[in-house]
Amino acid sequence: MPLLQIRGLTHYFGGLRAVHNFNLDLEPGELVGIIGPNGAGKTTVFNLITGVYRPTAGEILFNGHSLVGKRPDQIIAMGIARTFQTIRLFKDLSVLDNVRIAHFAQTSYGVMDALFRLPRYRREEAEIRERAMELLDLMGLADQANWVASSLPYGLQRRLEIARALATEPRLLLLDEPAAGMNPGEITELMDLIQWIRRQFNLTIILIEHQMRVVMGICERIKVMDFGETIAEGTPTEVQNNPRVIEAYLGEEAIV
Amino acid sequence: MKERRSVVDNALRPVRALYVAAVRPIQEAYNALPASVRRWTMPAVLLLGFLLSLAAPSLINLYWQQVLIYVGINIILAASLNLINGYMGEFSVGHAGFMAVGAYVASIMTVWVFPRMGLKEAVPYLFPLALTIGGLAAGLTGLVVAIPSFRTRGDYLAIVTLAWNMIVKSVLENLDVVGGPRGFMGMQKLTNLPWVFVWVVVTIYLLRNLIYSNLGRGILSIREDEIASSLVSVDTRRVKIVAFVISSFFAGVAGGLFAHIIQFIDPRTFSILKSTDVLVMVYLGGIGSLGGSILGASIYTILMELLRPLQVWRWVVGPLLLVLLMIFRPRGIMGLREWGFLIPKEERPAFVDALREQVRQKREPAAVPAGASE
Ligand SMILES: Nc1ncnc2c1ncn2[C@@H]1O[C@H](COP(=O)(O)OP(=O)(O)OP(=O)(O)O)[C@@H](O)[C@H]1O
Ligand SMILES: [Mg+2]
Repeated sequence: MPLLQIRGLTHYFGGLRAVHNFNLDLEPGELVGIIGPNGAGKTTVFNLITGVYRPTAGEILFNGHSLVGKRPDQIIAMGIARTFQTIRLFKDLSVLDNVRIAHFAQTSYGVMDALFRLPRYRREEAEIRERAMELLDLMGLADQANWVASSLPYGLQRRLEIARALATEPRLLLLDEPAAGMNPGEITELMDLIQWIRRQFNLTIILIEHQMRVVMGICERIKVMDFGETIAEGTPTEVQNNPRVIEAYLGEEAIV
Repeated sequence: MKERRSVVDNALRPVRALYVAAVRPIQEAYNALPASVRRWTMPAVLLLGFLLSLAAPSLINLYWQQVLIYVGINIILAASLNLINGYMGEFSVGHAGFMAVGAYVASIMTVWVFPRMGLKEAVPYLFPLALTIGGLAAGLTGLVVAIPSFRTRGDYLAIVTLAWNMIVKSVLENLDVVGGPRGFMGMQKLTNLPWVFVWVVVTIYLLRNLIYSNLGRGILSIREDEIASSLVSVDTRRVKIVAFVISSFFAGVAGGLFAHIIQFIDPRTFSILKSTDVLVMVYLGGIGSLGGSILGASIYTILMELLRPLQVWRWVVGPLLLVLLMIFRPRGIMGLREWGFLIPKEERPAFVDALREQVRQKREPAAVPAGASE
């Protein structure tokens, strides 16, 4: 059974059709890319999957369960995590807190346990602290655990956003232009990182990316969107040679 | 604008230097103590504080005892409002409404309910229970206010709480059983310095525990970025409602304490002006900081006492100060910083550093550090 099934997903912002009839079958373990010119509707697809917007039409099934109408936090707790096109860290909070917050849904002690520091609170908090630190250590951020998130250099902020997403223990990870604003060296590191977390955490990944080097380098399958429509789909080579894709990108920066 | 801000900063610089100069030696002396002694410092200080509050009648005159009692009540009010306006970043303006509920309910308990149950002699001992019931009643009304305010995203809280404050006042004015506009009296003078001390410590302790918990981190993440918060699994609606109920509870407790010191409450006491006072204390002391609320409540309460000769003009000071603060110093004196002793041990940087080492020792050497080009 596919991990994620999207059928006829359509979304309007007023009169603007941002996404039209988007379909996707995602098998566990796959890494699929979504590309397309600015305003094509890529981020909107992520927002629809994660419940930020409710789709005008269409169905989204995760593990066979419908996501439409659920709140974002419920969807995340079901095993989907995402990062953002422009970084959205909790800027004034510590690196450790950024990751610990993402354990929210996994925590089961109640308000009274916290107010009176009962054993259940102590036990679970110790566990969260340790797991968060382990994750930071794996992601190469442990040395900065006490730093305020906004004081991290840009590349590490991007990485912290991924770490925070992983802390929710997802099966499906949605990455929205993770390479945006990175220099070529950082991009190479990022590509390694994505492939490494994919294996380490057994992830299925959807990757939105403008950097063709990243998409072509690590995605097995690519969907191309333009004005809300899916205009092409296939392996990197197939997509690259597709005349409709080349046309859509005409006037945009070169595709390779 | 920028220049004026730096004028304020420059003006405050000597104050800050003085503060650091005063605190640094104490800190250093404290850190030099062996751990076994340090562990008992806090209990010892609290015990000393409590003993001083017991001895207060023979140390200071009645007027200053009263001022200190108001300082304590205001600390409870400011710290609890800070949870919503500072830690969570919402804007509630009706704290006095919840204070009123607590004041009236606690007073009804000590004046009517307990005596009618044949417990007239026991009333002084039942005072904490009366305050708790007042707090619970205020918390319940907090729930009623929170549910519609937080139903949808967007900023309804300021409007709803403003309306709430006015509704409470006019309902009380029209409620003849509790005296209507003439007010409610008959309370014994049950609030004294030792009780206030205990309630302040309990309030700060519980709020601190809450802030350094899962729910507290949820509260902070809502202030930082509500959408990102819900997208890392925080049930933002539940967090907001629970935080608001807890905040209202403590406002209710403060109201009960207040009622049993002035021994007469009337609806006008809990007007929007009272709410404004609490707002000033929060933004003066600093948002997102319990230490800030302690500081803000103390400074503002004493300042207002010193300004008594100004008579009615005194009431201009609060709103004016609030506007100036919002423009020049929106985070307040302690904004987003905390006094070390108010931070639980496990949350301090040194503990986190130790945890890192511990995690690294445990890690099997096979793990590949992320980002290392393979
Ligand atoms: N909240 C919103 N309200 C109204 N219109 C929106 C909203 N969000 C996106 N849009 C519009 O929907 C269309 C698709 O936007 P979307 O952000 O999904 O594009 P994208 O493919 O992610 O583009 P980019 O590569 O620039 O990130 C655009 O025309 C955009 O202006
Ligand atoms: Mg986008």
